[in-house]
Amino acid sequence: MATTTEPITLPQLSNDEIARYSRHLILPEVGMEGQQKLKAAKVLCVGTGGLGSPLAFYLAAAGIGTLGLVDFDVVDASNLQRQIIHSTKDVGRPKIDSAAEKLTALNPFLNVVKHETMLTSQNALEIIRDYDIVADGTDNFPTRYLVNDACVLTGKPNAYGSIFRFEGQASVFATERGPCYRCLYPEPPPPGLVPSCAEGGVLGILPGLVGIIQATEVIKFILGKGEPLIGRLLLVNALDMRFRELKLRKNPDCPVCGTHPTVTQLIDYQQFCGIIPEQKAAAVQNGIPQMSVKELKQRLDDGDDLLILDVREPFEYQIAQIGGRLIPLNDLPKRMNELNTAQEIVVQCKSGGRSQRAAEFLAKNGFKKLHNLAGGITAWSNEIDPKVPKY
Amino acid sequence: MTIEIPTPLRVYTANQSAVAVDAATISEAVSALLTRYPEFKKHLYTPDGKLRSFVNLYLNDEDVRYLPQREDSSVRPSDTLSIIPSIAGGCLPHGRALLAHKR
Repeated sequence: MATTTEPITLPQLSNDEIARYSRHLILPEVGMEGQQKLKAAKVLCVGTGGLGSPLAFYLAAAGIGTLGLVDFDVVDASNLQRQIIHSTKDVGRPKIDSAAEKLTALNPFLNVVKHETMLTSQNALEIIRDYDIVADGTDNFPTRYLVNDACVLTGKPNAYGSIFRFEGQASVFATERGPCYRCLYPEPPPPGLVPSCAEGGVLGILPGLVGIIQATEVIKFILGKGEPLIGRLLLVNALDMRFRELKLRKNPDCPVCGTHPTVTQLIDYQQFCGIIPEQKAAAVQNGIPQMSVKELKQRLDDGDDLLILDVREPFEYQIAQIGGRLIPLNDLPKRMNELNTAQEIVVQCKSGGRSQRAAEFLAKNGFKKLHNLAGGITAWSNEIDPKVPKY
Repeated sequence: MTIEIPTPLRVYTANQSAVAVDAATISEAVSALLTRYPEFKKHLYTPDGKLRSFVNLYLNDEDVRYLPQREDSSVRPSDTLSIIPSIAGGCLPHGRALLAHKR
């Protein structure tokens, strides 16, 4: 059920469109029919961030007829280093409006469909059903698994791309003959084990490289030309500038695309990925009391004897700090003897993930009065002191 | 043979991107790596010794899960064993730092 095989009437191109797509039209692999197929195509781009920016831009330029965008985020200054569809003037605007504006400015023949929502188990099938192919440019494991399962269940191919620091992965999943994302990775890592981009960083051009690989696969799929990236995992290393390819196999025991699937409808992906809903986030996590930045400010203003322990890396400390004592997370085992186990300590990092792990480690090693600073230095900058730079 | 270490896990190999080991099989190669970098173990294997489901091992371009002899497959000095973890691909919004480990 991947694509319809019935003959369909392809839309005609206007003279303006013929002029615009002339470099495609003279390519035998595209030609008039290929360009008409692109015009007839409906592509869903999940996310308009690092991967989604170049992806949507090139698809719009190439003459895709209908481009659906899914995003509910707002443009932040820290996005602009890689999310090239957004401009400085767009900071604070919904990404979907900013993206739609750029895309229709580039190509007025494009029909942009805005889905200003978070993709959820409740709406994913309904949204995806209207499209021919999905390009997954999301940024978190729950949505990755949601997009995969929804694509398998609706029979839509998924042009996949993912990035971390200097490395990227790309493939085409969820086609009838090929493997899906779950064939490759049946389960996500537990939260906190793999650092997020916010903690790990990412080279700005990397999503450009990977997003354009996804766009290429989308175009090839629509044209029915070339060798699709099905059953192959392309690894990109921008630092070494090396591209490698690994073989992917369809797992007959895959819970969603295998011969006896156990996942036959969308599930709770937050729970699947081990994430506790925010509203249920406890004041104490794994035995560590959580302290808000407001509470920390109050305690400091009261002159309480608190040690802020900053467990980030030295280069992060150089960018911004709130007077904490710097011991990077990985140095803690050999340097914790520099600290007093009876001292009241507020552990702090960028957004609260590493500091939680550090606090759990210290608790196991006899430290008594520990807090984790919820939201880290970013929350401090947002809520207490905007002069502290956010990065 | 050479074991390639992915970026997210290099913190457990003193930032080495590739580690050379002497080994006759994949199992031996992994054991040699874990002997040298014991911290690595919990990121590769569950407490009961199963390869974690978000990490894949590749001998050259083949998934070790699909080799006839799996981890017991023999290796040559020119072979490369790659550790390929899943990456989600972007920045988690700050609010989602409130996470708990799945048991």
